Amino acid sequence: MLTSEELDLITQSPYKQDFPLLAANPGLAYLDSAATAQRPAAVLDAQRRFYETMNANPLRGLYQLSVEATAAIDAARKHIAGFIGAVDEKGKPQGNQIVFTRNASESLNLVAKTLGAQVLGPGDQVVISIMEHHSNIIPWQQVCAQTGAELVYLRLDDRYEITPQEIEDKIGPRAKIVSVTHVSNVLGVENDVAAIARRAHQMGAYMVVDGAQSVPHVKVDVRQLGCDLLAFSAHKLGGPMGIGVLWGRKDLLDAMPPFLTGGEMIDSVTETGAVWAPVPQKFEAGTQDAAGSYAFDADIAYLEGKGFDALESRERLLARYLCEQLQALPFVDVIGPAEPERHVGAVSFNVRGVHPHDVASILDMSQVCIRAGHHCAQPLLAYLDVENGATCRASVAFYNDKSDVDRLVVALEQVWKIFHGND
Amino acid sequence: MATTDIYNAEFMDHVAHPDYKYQMDDPTYTHEGVNPSCGDELNFSVRMADDGTIDEAAFTGHGCAISQASADIMSDLMVGKTPEEAVRLCKLFGQMVRGEETDDDVLEQLEDATVLKDIAHMPARVKCAELAWRTLEEMLEAHGTTAGGSGTGQASGEA
Repeated sequence: MLTSEELDLITQSPYKQDFPLLAANPGLAYLDSAATAQRPAAVLDAQRRFYETMNANPLRGLYQLSVEATAAIDAARKHIAGFIGAVDEKGKPQGNQIVFTRNASESLNLVAKTLGAQVLGPGDQVVISIMEHHSNIIPWQQVCAQTGAELVYLRLDDRYEITPQEIEDKIGPRAKIVSVTHVSNVLGVENDVAAIARRAHQMGAYMVVDGAQSVPHVKVDVRQLGCDLLAFSAHKLGGPMGIGVLWGRKDLLDAMPPFLTGGEMIDSVTETGAVWAPVPQKFEAGTQDAAGSYAFDADIAYLEGKGFDALESRERLLARYLCEQLQALPFVDVIGPAEPERHVGAVSFNVRGVHPHDVASILDMSQVCIRAGHHCAQPLLAYLDVENGATCRASVAFYNDKSDVDRLVVALEQVWKIFHGND
Repeated sequence: MATTDIYNAEFMDHVAHPDYKYQMDDPTYTHEGVNPSCGDELNFSVRMADDGTIDEAAFTGHGCAISQASADIMSDLMVGKTPEEAVRLCKLFGQMVRGEETDDDVLEQLEDATVLKDIAHMPARVKCAELAWRTLEEMLEAHGTTAGGSGTGQASGEA
């Protein structure tokens, strides 16, 4: 259980005032940040500032305004690179390793459809885990069907862990690509990506990491993870919707074929062919959401300004408190690790005998927002054999406080009363 | 932002004590309905009387409270109706829960099913509420029991 000192730290949120939606709705308990985070005013202001002061099409700049727009995007790339540890030996951020996409799903599709198509053939294997989001399953199913490669799943043990034995058994010499989520969007568990990456590299496979749920909550450093490619979405850490990132090792991005083709991604075009622009523009066909990239830069500045370590510690306390409070309810089953400290951001649960969609609808009456359903992870829920193939999921971010969780608990007691009031 | 309270005592009585949730002996038609987003599964049966009206209606299956209560309420409404009336009511119910028909004088024909009117404000739950009604409509049209019936569809066949 949390100590009284720890409880004091989460009793109030000094951050809610920075988020216009939360500030305007004090009655709202927003516990769905794993689906999308709220956005601080700093992000909304930056988006507007881009269009008001530097709006021009980047990259084609032969005049000052466009040069400024281009510089803003380059600065955003460098900032994001530094944020995830994509730096050279002198610590200089490698902005050209940051490819902008629309979201983590698009980043993973990009990898499957370029690198996957390039390196896979009959008899090869792609290894993913059973806890992947559909975004890290379907693109691999498709590329395997096209290339004749086989899709292999790393399974969980009864402690919701991918064991070293499982890693050794499943990632063998036929593996060409291993693509695993860093943090599960359903269970909240953090996988030992570094260990999986070591095994993948021993076997000569590329290591891809889905960081959609980890980059917002854990200090991600691509050097420590030892991965080759990392996908994540801006909107899950307070940035704009519609901005995703693919980070990749420069030599690998250079060797990969382009994804979408057309404007802004070429050096030259003739009647019969084209020469690709250098990375990252090679992967960014057409006019990009420059204002969104600029606003994401402002988002990271906001998080760093508050101190990412402090935000991460606070989130760990909130997630622990959430898990402990749910475990204390006799009619609730937590689905996932029994240890509260193993939940990064999210806790899945069910109210015994009540469909998760009914739970979510009733919680909504008390303005408690949670996610309910299959969480785009149907193979995981089938593997865990969860009733109805669905769970409720509450998730926290640093702007939450104890009262948000307490209101969830009161509303869950109401759910139980509605369904079992006359028992 | 809050949802209207549809989980009231009358609604919950249909969830806790459904009158029509049982396996029917000797049904004329049986049809299965599935709502993949919720995992709701419903098996709906009717027995037709000699005069062509619905003599008995019953269902089995599992799912969320809204899908289950809706099936129970619908079964009660359908006894004694002709297939044409039944299909018309199914369509009207769909219009009600999608918010396309809000006139209480018109919706009166749905009797107790108007307890589900506020589903119109819960778009994520429309499919749950509609499941039984879509299943019955598909069944009757698949068997060509209505004037507009095409005789095709995914009916599981006569039992």
